[in-house]
Amino acid sequence: MNRLSWFNVTSLTLGFAFLYLPMVILVVYSFNESKLVTVWAGFSTKWYGELLGNEAFLDAAWVTLKVAVLSSTLATVLGTMAAYVLVRGGRFLGRTVFSGMIYAPLVMPEVITGLSLLLLFIGIGLDRGVLTIVLAHTTFAMCYVSVVVSSRLLTFDRSLEEAALDLGCTGFEAFRLVTLPIIAPAVISGWLLAFTLSLDDLVIASFTAGPSATTLPIKIFSAVRLGVSPEINALSTLMIAVVTIGVISASLVSKRNSLRQQRDEQAAARA
Amino acid sequence: MPESVFAPWDDPSEEPLIRFRNVTKQFGDFTAIDDLTLDIFEREFFALLGPSGCGKTTMMRMLAGFETPTSGVIELAGQDIAPVPPNKRAVNMMFQSYALFPHLSVYENIAFGLRRGNMPKHDIDDRVAEMLKLTRLEKFARRKPHQISGGQRQRVALARSLAKAPKLLLLDEPLGALDAKLRQATQFELMDIQEKTGTTFVIVTHDQEEAMTVASRVAVMDEGRIMQVATPEHIYEAPESVYVADFIGDVNIIRGTATPLGEQRYSISHSADAPPLVAVSERPFATDQTCHLAIRPEKVSIHAERPDGADNAVQGTVLDIAYLGNISTYHVALPDGQVIKAQTANTRRVSRRSFTWEDTVWLSWTATAGVLLAQ
Repeated sequence: MNRLSWFNVTSLTLGFAFLYLPMVILVVYSFNESKLVTVWAGFSTKWYGELLGNEAFLDAAWVTLKVAVLSSTLATVLGTMAAYVLVRGGRFLGRTVFSGMIYAPLVMPEVITGLSLLLLFIGIGLDRGVLTIVLAHTTFAMCYVSVVVSSRLLTFDRSLEEAALDLGCTGFEAFRLVTLPIIAPAVISGWLLAFTLSLDDLVIASFTAGPSATTLPIKIFSAVRLGVSPEINALSTLMIAVVTIGVISASLVSKRNSLRQQRDEQAAARA
Repeated sequence: MPESVFAPWDDPSEEPLIRFRNVTKQFGDFTAIDDLTLDIFEREFFALLGPSGCGKTTMMRMLAGFETPTSGVIELAGQDIAPVPPNKRAVNMMFQSYALFPHLSVYENIAFGLRRGNMPKHDIDDRVAEMLKLTRLEKFARRKPHQISGGQRQRVALARSLAKAPKLLLLDEPLGALDAKLRQATQFELMDIQEKTGTTFVIVTHDQEEAMTVASRVAVMDEGRIMQVATPEHIYEAPESVYVADFIGDVNIIRGTATPLGEQRYSISHSADAPPLVAVSERPFATDQTCHLAIRPEKVSIHAERPDGADNAVQGTVLDIAYLGNISTYHVALPDGQVIKAQTANTRRVSRRSFTWEDTVWLSWTATAGVLLAQ
């Protein structure tokens, strides 16, 4: 094992401190006995208990989850369809314009996206609530999904689809039985990306949410403006825990798959 | 013609399985297939041979249904196939990349086409088992495509395309990804399977040796046109043009002008300071018509002294020797600079080889050894 030089050790420490110190403080203070966030008064889990009794937070969490699942699913369906047409549709009139336009929301400032959606919903007389947040999130998450899926489709061997047609599939069957299973990992990561984007979106949600439905980021943001309560620390710690578990298990699964693939290929080479 | 010889193309009463009639295919300004007419018969192993970009793959894709002709008609068993989509054609294709479905097992890959019809489950099982046996893949049925070797993948692709018992099987450079040894073994395996199943095979290849080995007839293509269609022997021994002679195997081309000597014999003067050559040709030539004498290197013999009674004998110096183990090719430069290749079988050990670089030697060949071509 190489020994790290003092320079490397310093950069490593500084870099990681920069990234993680704020979170460490947040997690540590979530176990603080005192109500004052900045004064340590001993270990306690009482804020977690209080959090579970806080209806407003639980409601907001439930709304957030609902919105994230619905909008990411919708965005995945629409984004995959868009990607498929743009990559596979051949040359049709305005294709370049369309493929440029689908990526526009990626670079559009969120404030503008939020504002224009708000104006639209007011214009067509749609009451703001879960539905409007779902629609708004679908709109901006769809283009992320389409980017992920179309980059996978670009490297997809076209002859696989031709083989499916050759063996008697209709166009739709070829997509369902061959294309979709093979690009599934990209579709799933598109869904996860859309899900995460929806979970932590504050700007667009605050434009499109109504009094009947508030998402967790909006709730936290407005609560913090009235002063940081240790309950919010506890909530954030829980969110960090969920994300960490998610990331670690995803990397373990992909590591195991690549090991298995390697083993299979070696076995095939010997056979 | 004896019964045992398979030659439906010589029988005028035989109906072809595939008929290309004045087929043209254009991609924008580029003409991939140029007014092509061709018959392919049932049970044939037909090879489309040509350099890349000659239109052979386009012809195959038109048969599979992935391209439609710009003009002209393609018939399969007497039916115009233009309106039939690929999934309704009794034609299957083996792709160059094999196109095996990576998420399905070998078994499921082979069963894929059968499941698209309404075949009962146990019939599918029987048919897949039969295909696995035919391609000797029984042990690998449960494996995924990435868990088997390249040669095995090639056989899965073949089994999958044969499973639906198509009238016509298209093979797009089927052996391109295999190494030389495996390739040879697989060529014979392909011929064997073709014979067993009685399916008509159309193979696309740029490898002339492969086409010669497997095919009952070969079509040599260039720039969207068919240059010649004939049996491998005929293509090799009686090419109709310099292009075909040059494309298939090694050949010496001597350009000259013909003078008829009668009885299909011609005198060919090819150089101001060399005596004219003599060749027999069924194809007529006029006096002073430009002609090309094509002679295969193995039909030219090499001697130390001027051979007695040879129809043609020329003197030159050895420029290069290509030793290939079983044979050696001598490159001999004539006084006018033309290089003639002569091949001899190395029936003796190399230490007994009689000629070396810079030696003056005599080359000879008979009047019937070469083919006289107009262009």
